[in-house]
Amino acid sequence: MRTTTVDAQAVREVIRQHVLSTALAGEPADSLRDNTPLRTSGILDSFATMSLVELLGREFGVELDVYETSVERFDRVEDMAQAVLRKFS
Amino acid sequence: MPDHVAEYLEASALGCPERVALVDSGGQRLTYSELNRQADALAGFLASQGIGPGDRVAVALPKSFASVVSLFGIVKAGAAYVPVDPATPVERGRHILTDSAVRAVIGDERILCILPDSRPVTVIVAGGEAPPGTALKTTAFEQILAAGTKPPRPERRASDLAYILYTSGSTGMPKGAMITHGNAVSFIEWCAEAFGIVPDDRVTSNAPFHFDLSVLDLYPTVKCGATLYLINEELGRNAPELARFVGAHRLTIWTSTPSVLMLLVQFGRLHEHDVSSLRLVLFGGEVFPVRHLRELRRLWPDPVFYNLYGPTEITTACTYGEVPRVIPDDREAPYPIGFPCSHCRALVLDEHGREVPAGDEGLLFVSGPSVFAGYWNRPAENQAAFVDREEVRWYNTGDVVRWIPDEGFSYVGRRDRMVKRRGYRIELGEIEGAMYAHPRVREAAVVPVPDEEAGVRIVAVLSCRGPERPSTVDLKTFCATRLPGYMIPDRFLFRDCLPRTSTDKVDYQALAGAIAG
Repeated sequence: MRTTTVDAQAVREVIRQHVLSTALAGEPADSLRDNTPLRTSGILDSFATMSLVELLGREFGVELDVYETSVERFDRVEDMAQAVLRKFS
Repeated sequence: MPDHVAEYLEASALGCPERVALVDSGGQRLTYSELNRQADALAGFLASQGIGPGDRVAVALPKSFASVVSLFGIVKAGAAYVPVDPATPVERGRHILTDSAVRAVIGDERILCILPDSRPVTVIVAGGEAPPGTALKTTAFEQILAAGTKPPRPERRASDLAYILYTSGSTGMPKGAMITHGNAVSFIEWCAEAFGIVPDDRVTSNAPFHFDLSVLDLYPTVKCGATLYLINEELGRNAPELARFVGAHRLTIWTSTPSVLMLLVQFGRLHEHDVSSLRLVLFGGEVFPVRHLRELRRLWPDPVFYNLYGPTEITTACTYGEVPRVIPDDREAPYPIGFPCSHCRALVLDEHGREVPAGDEGLLFVSGPSVFAGYWNRPAENQAAFVDREEVRWYNTGDVVRWIPDEGFSYVGRRDRMVKRRGYRIELGEIEGAMYAHPRVREAAVVPVPDEEAGVRIVAVLSCRGPERPSTVDLKTFCATRLPGYMIPDRFLFRDCLPRTSTDKVDYQALAGAIAG
């Protein structure tokens, strides 16, 4: 368990900005919702997903394992944010 | 040489029963005797349901002990297996099961969504029970293994079908390539000898079983009594964990597409792991961009690297070439696909069927015992796939190559509308078919764009009904309901109407030029 905390909204915003800038360039920001499927829809491929996992590691100091990054558990902005937040709970 | 792939497992179960045959992504182990016993139990159950020679059984399971047991159990029963991506879009999965007229299906609970409506099938659910409320009668895979019904002993012939593998089809739906036991055995024998696989080898199994690169690791490993390390989808997509897995298990032979290796190079932190046990790296299925190959060579300098080439129709590989240890900094051209494997013959013909001189471009034709039996239920395509020359049947790969003395075949590209991505073959017409189903799409044309990073990017150019354009999120989400992930376009562009030729066909050249420009 970690002693520091992170703001849930800040985590979501980091993920949203990364997805918008790398995979949805030029798209209106409101087309990406917290429950938009990102991996099962092909918006994020394996490379973009790994790039996001690296970013989350740098920004929040978390390392996500195979279970936490499976497609079923790591498909939407909300899932991804929860994967980070669980590290601080 | 055996007539049947089941004989490889039976020989290893007899010769080295306690040797570890399989290690899964979580580190669990299964011995050859137990793998063989479980496959026998499944074969016995299938036979008790009247399933045997001449039948087909679908397998839609993640990479696991259950999936390997299923493949061997089905062929031991005398039937052919039809591997299906467990995450396949419903319509596509249902087409495969209906087209191949399977008698039984083995899958997790997702298989219930793609069952054909037209005929009853035996449903085997692995890794849990069918969801409550399921009206269908299902049998638990684990219960079948526990029951241990005596296996049948059907007659085995090399001409029997071992599996049908569905690949993208130009008519909008995938088509099934039929591979016989004789086809598979000829490739497996070559592979085991060419790469000198020994019982102490620890071999990766990266490719899913619905992708024929998996034949490269599964059967040669089992034939030689070596150990196969099953890399499931979750592990295969998490590069740092995958790199750790290779080092921790001291794997000796790596097999995968270049895409997986590129993921490892970029995100695997390969320098942190000791991979000194690795002696061979076998890759194939797509072009390996030299920039990434050079970087991998720098990180993994010791193993011998081979580039393998071959369409599904020729059973995994028909040519191979060694990649040098040092790749010059100024080299940009991909490495050649090499020389014919010893069980294959290859020649390069022009459009009139004449052999072309060395150095000139032409279509690659291949003959030999690993050339497939034809497409399932596709007589017209079977006629077009083969030519007879001096009483030998040659398969037209559709790939344009050049023969370079001392280097072997150099891959040039395609003249039709097929591309390869992440090792999968994609008919662009199948993507267009899916796009036309979108209610707001009036016209759709799909164009491949060469890309240094990904090999190829797929761009869909659309014109819409009405002024409002669907968003990328909407289009990708829609595509995901009809196409596997590797076929979903990377980008969508919009035009008021698509450019046409004088005969009113979509002008793909003009589109490609406009996108590139």
